[in-house]
Amino acid sequence: MEDMRPEDIVGEYREYTLTYYDGTSRKVLVTDIETPYPDGKLIVSTTDTEGVITHANQAFVDMSGYTREELIGQPHYILRHPDMPKAAFRDMWETIQAGKTWRGYVKNLRKDGGYYLVYATVMPNFDKQGNIVGYTSVRRKPSRRKMEEALALYAKMLAEEKAQEGRA
Amino acid sequence: MTTFQMTVSPDFPPNRIAGWYIFNTWLQKATGLNIHLELYTDFEGQRQAVEEDRVDIIYANPYDAAMLIREKGFEALARPKGKVDEAVVVTRADAPYNAVDDLKPGLRLAATNDPAVYLLGMMMLEPAELDAENLQIQQVESYPIAAKLLLQGEADLAFFLKEAFDKLSSLTREQLKVLVESQIGDLFHTFLVGPRLAEHKETLREALLHMHETPKGKDALESLGFEGWENVSPAEADFMINLIEALK
Ligand SMILES: Cc1cc2nc3c(=O)[nH]c(=O)nc-3n(C[C@H](O)[C@H](O)[C@H](O)COP(=O)(O)O)c2cc1C
Repeated sequence: MEDMRPEDIVGEYREYTLTYYDGTSRKVLVTDIETPYPDGKLIVSTTDTEGVITHANQAFVDMSGYTREELIGQPHYILRHPDMPKAAFRDMWETIQAGKTWRGYVKNLRKDGGYYLVYATVMPNFDKQGNIVGYTSVRRKPSRRKMEEALALYAKMLAEEKAQEGRA
Repeated sequence: MTTFQMTVSPDFPPNRIAGWYIFNTWLQKATGLNIHLELYTDFEGQRQAVEEDRVDIIYANPYDAAMLIREKGFEALARPKGKVDEAVVVTRADAPYNAVDDLKPGLRLAATNDPAVYLLGMMMLEPAELDAENLQIQQVESYPIAAKLLLQGEADLAFFLKEAFDKLSSLTREQLKVLVESQIGDLFHTFLVGPRLAEHKETLREALLHMHETPKGKDALESLGFEGWENVSPAEADFMINLIEALK
C-alpha cells in the first residue's frame, strides 16, 4: 500500500512506519484531531476472507475520508492506527475465523491523518454450506467512558508490545 | 388452482389497509396467481403464521426479512423505490434532556414490538450505556399509543419508526422532540416470496418492477404511498441481513 502523503494531511503530524500481517509496510502520518462519531450513524463494510474490503457504505466513506474507489479492493488495515496494539486485531481474527462474533473498541486512522473512535462488531458471513465466505463489520458510536477505558488498556498493551520488540 | 397466502409487516400505517387489498387485486391480475391477503394486527400473530408455513408472500421489515431469508428459504425480490427504514428516539418537548448523553438509567421507555425499530433504537441509546437491563421498558401496541404515553408523562422516551413519527398529527409532534435519528440508509422493507412460489418469482418480480407503468398499477401504488418498486439483488439482501445480525 502507498505511503500516506503530506498533502492529504490536515494539521501537524507525526510519522510512523507500520508493518502489516502480510509483511508489507507503509508510512502513516498521524495528527491528534478527532472526528466525532455522528449520532445515529452506522459504518458498515464487508471484506473477503483475507480482509480485503468488498463493500463500504456511505458513512464509512464519510468517516474514513477516502473515496469508495480508494477503499474497495484495499486491505482493511488501511485504517489501522499506530495507537492500536497488534494483539487487539489478533484476538479479532482468531474470533471471527473460528466463526464467532467479535465486539470491541477501535481507534481508526483517517486519510487526513486524524482519527475516529468506534464500537465495532465484526462477524463472519457464511454460505449455505456453512463455510465462511467473508466478514462484515458494523460500527456505532461508543460510550465515552468505555472507549476511554479501552484506549488506556491499548496504551498499556502497546507499551508491552514495544518492549518485547525491543528485547527481540 | 393453488391459493398463495400474502401478508404485510404489521408496522404498516392503519390508513394503508385498503391499499394492501387494492395491491393484492392488482397483483393477482398482473400475475394470474391466486393470492389471499391476510393482515395481522400484531407481530405475534404474523410470526405464528410464518412458523406454521402459512405465508408465501410477505412485505416485511428488515428484521423479519433477515429471519425469513435465513431460516425459511424466502427470497427478497423488490423494495419500494427510494424508501429506507430509520428510527427516532423521542421525548416530550419539555423534557430535561436534549441529547442521548443526557439520558440516565432508570428512564421509562415506550416501544412497540417492531423488532427492527427496537434494534435501531437500542443502538442509539448505547453511547449513554443504556440497555434493556437498566431501562424500564413498556411495550405498546402502536406508535400513537407510544406518543400518548409520552404526552401523559407516563413514559420518558419512545422509539418510533421515523415514517410513523412523521405521520403523527402536527399538534402531537409539536409537543415532542427528537433526541436522535438514525441515518443508516441501508435498511428497507422488502417484498419477499417463499419456497412454494419459487417457479413464479420472476413473474412476480417483473410485475412489480413494471407496476408504475400502467394507470391501474400507478393507482395501486398510490394507495400504498409508493412511487414504484426497485429490484433487490441477493447481495443487497445479504448485506442487510448481515447488518441486522451485527446489531442483535
Ligand atoms: C470486516 C473487517 C473489518 C475490519 N475493520 C477494521 C477497522 O475498522 N480498523 C482496523 O484498523 N482494522 C480493521 N480490521 C482488521 C484489519 O484487517 C487488520 O487486521 C488490522 O488493521 C491490523 O493490521 P494487521 O493485521 O496487518 O496487523 C477489520 C477486519 C475485518 C475482517
